[in-house]
Amino acid sequence: MPSWPKETKYIGHETHRIDAPVKLTGKARYSSDIQAEGWLYGMILRSKWPAAKITSLNLAPALKVPGIKAAVTVKDGERIVRYYGEELAAVAGTSKQACLDALHAIEVEAKELPFVVHEPDAMKPDAPGVWEGSANASKPRVREQGEVDKAFSECAAVIEGFYTTPVQIHHPMETHGATVSWTDEGVTAWASTQGISSVRDGLAGGLQLDHSRVRVITDHMGGGFGAKFGAGVEMLLAARLSREAKAPVRLMLTRFDQGLSVGNRPSSFQKIKLGAKADGTLHAYELDNYGTAGIGSGGASEGGGSGVDFPAPYIYRIPNTRVNHTVVAVNAGSARAFRAPGHPPASYGMECAMDDLAVKLGIDPLALRIKNDSSEIRQREYKLGAERFGWKQKYRPPGTSPGPIKTGVGCGAATWGGGGSRSTRGEAQVNPDGSIEVRLGVQDIGTGTRTVIAVIAAELLGLRPDQITVKIGDTNYPPGPGSGGSTTCASVSPTVHDICTKALEQLQTQTGVADARGANWFATCKKLGVEPMIVHGGWQQGLSSSGVGGVQFAEVAVDTETGLITVKKITCVQDCGLIIDKLTAESQVNGGIIMGMGYALYEERVLDALSGVLLNPNFETYKLPGIADVPEIDVVLLNMPERGVIGLGEPVTIPTAGAIANAVANAIGTRVPSLPITTAKVLAALGKVPKASS
Amino acid sequence: MSDFDSAQPGSFSRRNFIKSLGTTAVATAAARAQAVAAELEKVNGEKIVGPEPVPVALQVNGETLRLQLEPRVTLLDALRNYSSLTGAKEGCDRAGCGACTVMLGEVPVYACQKLAIEAQGQPITTVEGLAKNGELTPVQRAFLEKDALMCGYCTPGFVMSVTALLKKHPRPTAEQVRHVCAGNLCRCGTQPRIIEAALQAAGVNPVRTTQTEVIDYAQLA
Repeated sequence: MPSWPKETKYIGHETHRIDAPVKLTGKARYSSDIQAEGWLYGMILRSKWPAAKITSLNLAPALKVPGIKAAVTVKDGERIVRYYGEELAAVAGTSKQACLDALHAIEVEAKELPFVVHEPDAMKPDAPGVWEGSANASKPRVREQGEVDKAFSECAAVIEGFYTTPVQIHHPMETHGATVSWTDEGVTAWASTQGISSVRDGLAGGLQLDHSRVRVITDHMGGGFGAKFGAGVEMLLAARLSREAKAPVRLMLTRFDQGLSVGNRPSSFQKIKLGAKADGTLHAYELDNYGTAGIGSGGASEGGGSGVDFPAPYIYRIPNTRVNHTVVAVNAGSARAFRAPGHPPASYGMECAMDDLAVKLGIDPLALRIKNDSSEIRQREYKLGAERFGWKQKYRPPGTSPGPIKTGVGCGAATWGGGGSRSTRGEAQVNPDGSIEVRLGVQDIGTGTRTVIAVIAAELLGLRPDQITVKIGDTNYPPGPGSGGSTTCASVSPTVHDICTKALEQLQTQTGVADARGANWFATCKKLGVEPMIVHGGWQQGLSSSGVGGVQFAEVAVDTETGLITVKKITCVQDCGLIIDKLTAESQVNGGIIMGMGYALYEERVLDALSGVLLNPNFETYKLPGIADVPEIDVVLLNMPERGVIGLGEPVTIPTAGAIANAVANAIGTRVPSLPITTAKVLAALGKVPKASS
Repeated sequence: MSDFDSAQPGSFSRRNFIKSLGTTAVATAAARAQAVAAELEKVNGEKIVGPEPVPVALQVNGETLRLQLEPRVTLLDALRNYSSLTGAKEGCDRAGCGACTVMLGEVPVYACQKLAIEAQGQPITTVEGLAKNGELTPVQRAFLEKDALMCGYCTPGFVMSVTALLKKHPRPTAEQVRHVCAGNLCRCGTQPRIIEAALQAAGVNPVRTTQTEVIDYAQLA
């Protein structure tokens, strides 16, 4: 079985991101930057009704707008739309301004239908049906083990809590979309995607073309977080507009569009009952959860995977458990995978319940975790993290911090799979001048795929990373997986290892040089004569694995007069297998924690019950953490090189919200059980919101 | 015409101008635009341009960019859609994210909030105009060394904000970096590294907001 080198020059050290210079100088071409010859601007017309029968759609006035070259409907004839923002039609023109004018000119007639956008309303028996002929609320999925009711009666302490999480929106900085060119030769899409292969499959399927006639190119892309795997309605529309207009069409969504229809993390409404014996041993657990994935859930499951059904009781083993998940359809855009799908709400609910139970038992919440967590890795992480964070010194009983600005601490834990895709392929071209080009049909979502490839090739060939030319982001290269599930690094690394190992073997065969590495490289390659050498490789067992654990500690300050929460410090201890590049790995961890902070304190999709309209479709109203919100972050990466490469991007975002929520509860002495923990909710929990007198 | 009362003579307000166009059909909009133009001309005593494309000359990165643009085209669209300067990124098109930050003179501005016609006559610097002869500036170099970028889409905006800060305050505090970058968003989470990069570029003792330690699990008790 192949193995990673023990002594390394680059693997596990700090290598600067190799595409940083092009990104820092504006030379990097993102999908939204592509300027294909004669390109047109594309835009989408969306439903302004949360539910309606569209009876007629007249594109003719749009086509009369100066500069407009094409207009297409999503679907001809009568149709039902099921959420505010569902795509109706699209136009392509010579300027953004012409397209805006054209969208206003399209005549739409519709018969409004009843709708529902809030989960509790949608579960009522007389609620309007999102999907005709099927209930909004799915039949609950029940999992049960042990004797739950009896077990609760045996507990020394039982808590009941209702913990809720909102729908969270991905909001990558580059919006979704593509520039698509449809010619007689086929379709080329410069797509903003985290899965070039899945976009190719989606375009081929949607446009009824052979896969061989669709090429997807993603040189650089501006973030995805799980929302950018498919071609989406927008890329199919861009392709159809291109065919109609006989010109390439750049159709990037607006920020407003992003809030509506390109995915989100489902909400959760978790009623948790948790009980333990007097010594803190967890004994009984019951979860009743419902949540929505918009129109992608409920009785009918059109649309993406709902992700409402998360693992519970998450990382803890409890002998008597009953778990009950209900998926509720509402008239809103569908969910999509979102950085560690299912896990952040699962961790948040369970970790809140653990802290509330610890308070009731009168024991340290960290001790309760250590008592009940069966993972050997996390056991060590709790201890190491607590020591670095100063848990013993900082922890005090809830609400006992003096003064109006109260400090508090909390912790949370996570698990994640990761691991690599066996089907990953790649190739290298070694030229007689010693230059080498490594080609893989993967993409870089922002983790540094190019750098990972260069580091590994340099290590194995005894070269420097800047001597490796890396080509990715093109379906013309050997196929690779989408960047999801924290699997890219663990897919790519073994593949590059295999390619380089084979390159050295083949060089030996062709040139007779026993070891072509390092100082011998250029002289050896020269012996190839005039023909470059091409080597193919694939994913290899033994160089990557899956399954990681992590714990995080949070320290917050809460102003009890304004409700303002300041996260002061996060300590993160995370295992991650073999680290390839310490610099980019640390960036992933920072990013996961900051996104987790957003989930804890700021982010929430707000829909208006009366109109079905998204009320916060921009960054003034949908709040992301900014640079001034970022706390001190202390990260410990537990290197386990013997396990090989395991992804890191997702596990690090999971426990943050629970840790922060627990720290807030610890600070103010009462639980704010609903994310995001806003200033208003803090003041309400403290009884500081005046009640209207009747 | 209270919408226009506050307009400075010789300046155009994109917001008011677009608001005045409303969401009516195109023909009506064009007619209204003419009426608005006439009104503006009366109020400001100036020649009104448009709504048809007009010649626009922009001084970008030391060169003159001559374009034919409708007056309602923003500086960001002029750079990205009417020339090959795509370094400034579009993230929100409404002053919410800072990805499009460029410098007008020494002042960082959201290019999406400035009409191209309004940006005439002042030197404009985009991220493409910073590195000379392929040599990264100290700010860019520090971003590279600190890995203050991930997907990189917000990066040009941050680079411009930090560059503008260092021109004004060559030795800033971490607080000043936070303040000047408050209008730039990053979804990947590079913020701690950006603070460190800005201070490193300024030669200020870096304030470490993050630290990472790698510990071999095998050596852990």
